[in-house]
Amino acid sequence: MSNLRRHLAFLVLGALGLIILPYFISSRFYIDVLTLIFFTAYLGQSWNILGGYAGQFSFGGVMFFGTGAYVSSILLTTFGFPPIFGIFLAILGGAFLGLIVGYMSFRSGLKGSYFALITLAFAELLRVLANSVEFTGGGVGLFLTYAPGLSNLQFETPVGFYYFALVLMFISIAIVYWLEGSRFGAQLVAIRENEDAAEALGIDTLRCKIYAIMIMGAMGGAAGTFYSQKYLYLDPPIAYSIHLSVEMLLVTIVGGMGTIFGPLVGAFVLHTVNEVARHFIDTPGLSLIVYGLILIIIIGYLPNGLIGAFKKKEKKSGSNSLDKKRSREES
Amino acid sequence: MLRVNNLTKKFGGLVAVSSVDLEVNEKEIVSLIGPNGAGKTTLFAMVAGFLKADEGEINFENASIVGMKPHQICQRGMVRTFQITQPFAGLTTLQNIMVGAYSNTPQTISARKKAEEVAEVVGMTSLLSQGADGLTVAGRKRLELARALATDPKLLLLDEVMAGLNPAEIDEIVKVIKGIRDRGVTIFLIEHVMKAVMNLSDRTYVLNDGKLIASGTPSSVAENPQVIEAYLGHGAAEAMAEGA
Amino acid sequence: MISASLSMLPAAIINGFMYGAIYALVALGLTLIYGVLHIINFAHGAMLMLALYAAFFLFDLFNIDPYFSILIVTPCAFIFGYLIYRYGIGSLAKGKDQNILLITLGLSIIIENGALFFFSGDQQTVNLTYGFEAFDLGFMYLSYPKVISFFAALLMCAILWAAMSLTDLGRAIRAVAKERQGARLVGINVEHIFAVTFGIGIACLGAAGCMMLPIFYVDPYTGNIFVLVAFTIVVLGGMGSVVGALVGGFIIGITESVGGLLLGESLGQIGISLIFILILIFRPTGLFGSKV
Ligand SMILES: Nc1ncnc2c1ncn2[C@@H]1O[C@H](COP(=O)(O)OP(=O)(O)O)[C@@H](O)[C@H]1O
Ligand SMILES: [Mg+2]
Repeated sequence: MSNLRRHLAFLVLGALGLIILPYFISSRFYIDVLTLIFFTAYLGQSWNILGGYAGQFSFGGVMFFGTGAYVSSILLTTFGFPPIFGIFLAILGGAFLGLIVGYMSFRSGLKGSYFALITLAFAELLRVLANSVEFTGGGVGLFLTYAPGLSNLQFETPVGFYYFALVLMFISIAIVYWLEGSRFGAQLVAIRENEDAAEALGIDTLRCKIYAIMIMGAMGGAAGTFYSQKYLYLDPPIAYSIHLSVEMLLVTIVGGMGTIFGPLVGAFVLHTVNEVARHFIDTPGLSLIVYGLILIIIIGYLPNGLIGAFKKKEKKSGSNSLDKKRSREES
Repeated sequence: MLRVNNLTKKFGGLVAVSSVDLEVNEKEIVSLIGPNGAGKTTLFAMVAGFLKADEGEINFENASIVGMKPHQICQRGMVRTFQITQPFAGLTTLQNIMVGAYSNTPQTISARKKAEEVAEVVGMTSLLSQGADGLTVAGRKRLELARALATDPKLLLLDEVMAGLNPAEIDEIVKVIKGIRDRGVTIFLIEHVMKAVMNLSDRTYVLNDGKLIASGTPSSVAENPQVIEAYLGHGAAEAMAEGA
Repeated sequence: MISASLSMLPAAIINGFMYGAIYALVALGLTLIYGVLHIINFAHGAMLMLALYAAFFLFDLFNIDPYFSILIVTPCAFIFGYLIYRYGIGSLAKGKDQNILLITLGLSIIIENGALFFFSGDQQTVNLTYGFEAFDLGFMYLSYPKVISFFAALLMCAILWAAMSLTDLGRAIRAVAKERQGARLVGINVEHIFAVTFGIGIACLGAAGCMMLPIFYVDPYTGNIFVLVAFTIVVLGGMGSVVGALVGGFIIGITESVGGLLLGESLGQIGISLIFILILIFRPTGLFGSKV
């Protein structure tokens, strides 16, 4: 409990800092980078709920993003439906896709690598479909017009999108913050730690996993609307890109799975690495090579990510009589 | 309370459980004994909904529970523990027990309170903040028991909660189990440790090669020559007589 | 339209067989690794891409015919696979199967972007002197490279199968696949066998890359195309099944070419992910069980 309260204080201070930050930054570049960090942290957080808390790794997390993006964009281009409402339908669309994918894969007992791969296949399936039907604009893609205004969720300055992304990220942190203290969160963690034991103790593991993927889907849907309103263009390779699926899991794993701030820390670190690498050698591929290396190192040596590594150090420097006792009992 | 008829499970050619009939009444402590590989755990797994029976009926409180999932059976008031302990390794003892407690309340505060109460009952209060992966064998067995108990079961299925414990630890857990029964929980347990079973159970079933070969009071079962011959082996009769 | 498609059906099926044999070889490497080590190599596609580049550069710089390169690239791929398992994947991946998936994902990111960094994103192809010669089957033309690749791939599969069933090494690998602990007890160096198996799996890619280059192209993203294809074949045939990989390869090759013919270029690609999803959901052991 005190732990959560400390988080809350941290949260409020950090939030205030991020809210007033644009008043001190005049560079459009930094605003854009921060916007992107919030956006990937938000997507990472959606991955974190299913992957970090419930322990079900997905390799196709982008499918919710892409579907949400298509929902609100098609509603806008075909029916003139304003994105400020469209975003809610994108959320519904993402959640519904989560329901379908979750029901199909979890009910047939897929887990571990098999679940990861089937989500990859679902994303690929949707990419092919989006490429083949007409109402998505097919391979040509969808062009949105730029008409700033709240009803379009478009803004005249980059700072507007900065706040949009910031709000999304705050919401995602609030969701996970709630999760940490709730029964549902405890049930997801129980499933992650030992699914049989969870089931034996009365947890409807199938239902919980489906709820988790639906939350992930809903969050991804909103991200889709954000993206299409910011960049005004959408095509199947963007909407269902494996790179975004990888980025979602990457920021979370690097920062720390199953933690409130893991995705944000990971997004911040990776984007910083990316910008720095770009600054020195602007050759395509370099920063991704570094990403790949970081992923391998983290999985191999820091399974709890940067936050986990930090916490461990904190623990080690403190009193460790309990640890000693434990190791004696084990031997 | 629990009635099992003609329960059968085959793994390929092996008949792990063969047409077993048994019954557990309210407020009883009933034990199921038998050599390794007799099919005891398999029987529990079917009763608790983890394995699909090939044949047979399972009734809990006069309603069939065949085909139900483990969590549904737990919600009806029957919960099992695992012979090979299955802790939530990354969580603390308290968090482990709270998972069980949450089955009756969505409130974190009341789940925590319940977990602390249960820890008191099984004697784990001092271990509450310890990580489950750092518990000793005895600690893990207790944790299994505590988590199950936290779900407020009517019937508790305990699978070898005394295996691997030293005599002092066994005495303690026997006390705990008796205490649980006195609080009104019916107990059906698989055991290997003969002495404990003799002390603890009202009735005993003996399983061998998937078949029930004897049942009755512990002392009558212990004297049953078929049990001694087929299951306990030579020289075990005396050992048992001493134990009882 | 439909009748025009139907008249091209036999050609599509034969084309499917041609590609299917190479797919089978790619999948064979994946399924062998899975069957013995129980790990899923997500970098399989990226490593195939490397093999394609190896064959390309051998041709481009030294004018070595890709089919001859098989003799060079295959052993190099074996060594690459052996080392990368022994000193990388094997020691890093403890516990959860997802970890290996993630580590090999990291590896594929590194390989893919390393290729982008060093070789640029341009598509590369080779022009062989006999590249445009073809057999006339009456209803279709079948280019020499396709036919050569088809038989070379089948030959490789046969060699692998023979090696697995007839040699001591093959027996040791099968013993490890079946009973890790038992194999250890009778004195087999299990870690070595793991690395050798991984090496053989990657060697399959080396050979497949050489056979594929004359009838395909290579760029840093080529691997992505084949990741899902290879996984689909493997789950279709049953994880760990050699016969399954072969049959699965043909099924996927034909599905792809017939799908492209009947559903069009774009929607035709749907078959692979759809088969993958349906098999995992309805028949996760594949069509041929799951034993090596
Ligand atoms: N999932 C399974 N698949 C195949 N055989 C099994 C499985 N589970 C148990 N068995 C076999 O069934 C028999 C009974 O096992 P078990 O119920 O664990 O016995 P016990 O708990 O009495 O020691 C054993 O021979 C065991 O090997
Ligand atoms: Mg047992």
